[in-house]
Amino acid sequence: MSGVAVHLEGLRRTFGTVHALDSLDLEIAAGELIALLGPSGCGKTTALRVLAGLEDADGGRVLVGGKDVTRLPANRRDMGMVFQAYSLFPHLTALENVEFGLRLRGRRRVPGRAAAMLDLVGLSTFGDRYPHQMSGGQQQRVALARALAIEPAVLLLDEPLSALDAKVRVQLREEIRRIQTEVGTTTLFVTHDQEEALAVADRVGVMRAGRLEQLAPPAEVYQQPASAFVADFVGLSNRLPGVVADSSITVLGTSLPLVTPAPAGPATALVRPEAVDVAPAADGEGSVLTSSFLGATSRVTVTVGETLVVAQVASGLLPSLTPGTAVRVTLQPVPVALDVSVN
Amino acid sequence: MAGVIARRHRKQRIFRWAVLVVLGIFFLLPLAAMVEFSTRNAETWPLLVNWPKLSDTYPDLAEGIVSSLEQAALTAVLMLVLLVPTAIWVRLRLPKLRRLVEFLCLLPLTIPAIVLVVGLAPVYAWVTYFLGGSSLTLVFAYTILVLPYAYRAIDAGLSGIDVKTLAEAARSLGASWTTVILRVVLPNIRSAVLSAAFLTVALVLGEFTIASLLNRTNLQVSIELLGKSSATMSVAVSLAALLLAFVLLLLLSLAGDRRRSTKENS
Repeated sequence: MSGVAVHLEGLRRTFGTVHALDSLDLEIAAGELIALLGPSGCGKTTALRVLAGLEDADGGRVLVGGKDVTRLPANRRDMGMVFQAYSLFPHLTALENVEFGLRLRGRRRVPGRAAAMLDLVGLSTFGDRYPHQMSGGQQQRVALARALAIEPAVLLLDEPLSALDAKVRVQLREEIRRIQTEVGTTTLFVTHDQEEALAVADRVGVMRAGRLEQLAPPAEVYQQPASAFVADFVGLSNRLPGVVADSSITVLGTSLPLVTPAPAGPATALVRPEAVDVAPAADGEGSVLTSSFLGATSRVTVTVGETLVVAQVASGLLPSLTPGTAVRVTLQPVPVALDVSVN
Repeated sequence: MAGVIARRHRKQRIFRWAVLVVLGIFFLLPLAAMVEFSTRNAETWPLLVNWPKLSDTYPDLAEGIVSSLEQAALTAVLMLVLLVPTAIWVRLRLPKLRRLVEFLCLLPLTIPAIVLVVGLAPVYAWVTYFLGGSSLTLVFAYTILVLPYAYRAIDAGLSGIDVKTLAEAARSLGASWTTVILRVVLPNIRSAVLSAAFLTVALVLGEFTIASLLNRTNLQVSIELLGKSSATMSVAVSLAALLLAFVLLLLLSLAGDRRRSTKENS
């Protein structure tokens, strides 16, 4: 089974004075998994709900497989949805939950199909359990099986992992990716967790104030953020003062290429902690302020004159970087974005 | 210290029993008197359980019993048909109106029955004009009368589940609104619906003022009428009606208990 393409065209939605969607355009290719990422209130959930038909758009069109479904009610849109809150029907067992949508469609061989879907999410032995007898992760798996059982044109995931604890979250997001690739359903995944978005998506759409700030593959969003907002929201960034000249910026004595051209003059560069190298040096201009152990890597805060620089270092280096140590700070020459909000 | 606590516990226990005994006497004495009075004539109770003979001897009473049962059943149905979709709709689409709806539903409780009748009389002139003077037309007034209790019960049931998410999940799976209400929401608020229905039945079986003042027949009106001709029979019927209400309320609390215990098992 292969998916169908989805096209959101100039979607607008206003709540009071807030523009939840401000002429949002988004094209999802058939079988693609797009993650919408953004801070709360950026409109990502509204976009998903408009696509699902649970929310009406004030303007714009929703096209699924080339067909205009903007005016179609939710129950006739053919979309499978997994919610942030646990949404299994409490009075039905896991199997009956999965069968629910199939029975509404009058499909034949319902139990077989439902059992196969439970098998797909690895819960084939849990068919006769009630929702309150399952863990949160298991409930969300059943919800995923229920959404996929009806062979929807589009799969919608509305922060499905945010109620789960960290370990289950990572496990389940990998499973979602595996199943989505296997089934090939076009998928929209809404999340505020950047790690989640980068890990599962074919393309990540970073949203801000009802618009898409950038829509690109995860690596591109991370390495070449289209704007300061994206650079700031996706991953940690240092704000380092520098001087722009000839499409590069000189920060702490190093010339860094710019993601987007900027006029010459003073500016603030957004530099990733992993692009900062720190080494102990007696004549170094920096001094370690704090260091914190995070597992495989560690984070070190260094003062260079008036500037604070956060660096990500291998944890093996940590013993040599105790607070007060004199260090030399060097920046890797990767493209950086400028923080326009300051200037 | 332990002695003080033990003494306080004993005092509390004595106080509790004293309250229970006083209240028990207060409630049970009239009942005992009713039992005593209604058994003075040995034929009363056997007649009461013999329906054909009862309806022959006291046709008015039989009519009152039948109309009250019909009214109770119809009121419960009308109340559920009106209230369940409304309460769900208010929760899903008009959460801002919840306070207002709750207030409106509580109003009948604050208005004395007499005042209600004064207002209802002209309305019922039209009801009689269009639907006739059958006692069943009281169902409309009774539906309003039971709103405070029924709305509370159903609303409490709805707050126990995440109606919005469940409804949206069902909608996205292809369910119409009717399917959402019948197959997703109702099964999950079953005990709330049951308690609303039981309260309705208990209330309707005990209603006198409106029926009497609007010149309609029901159980209480016929008991009152009977009291003028056959005092023992009227007391016996009252007692039977009371016992029926007790049984209903007992069933209600049992239904509530079962719900709680299934939740505890989880």
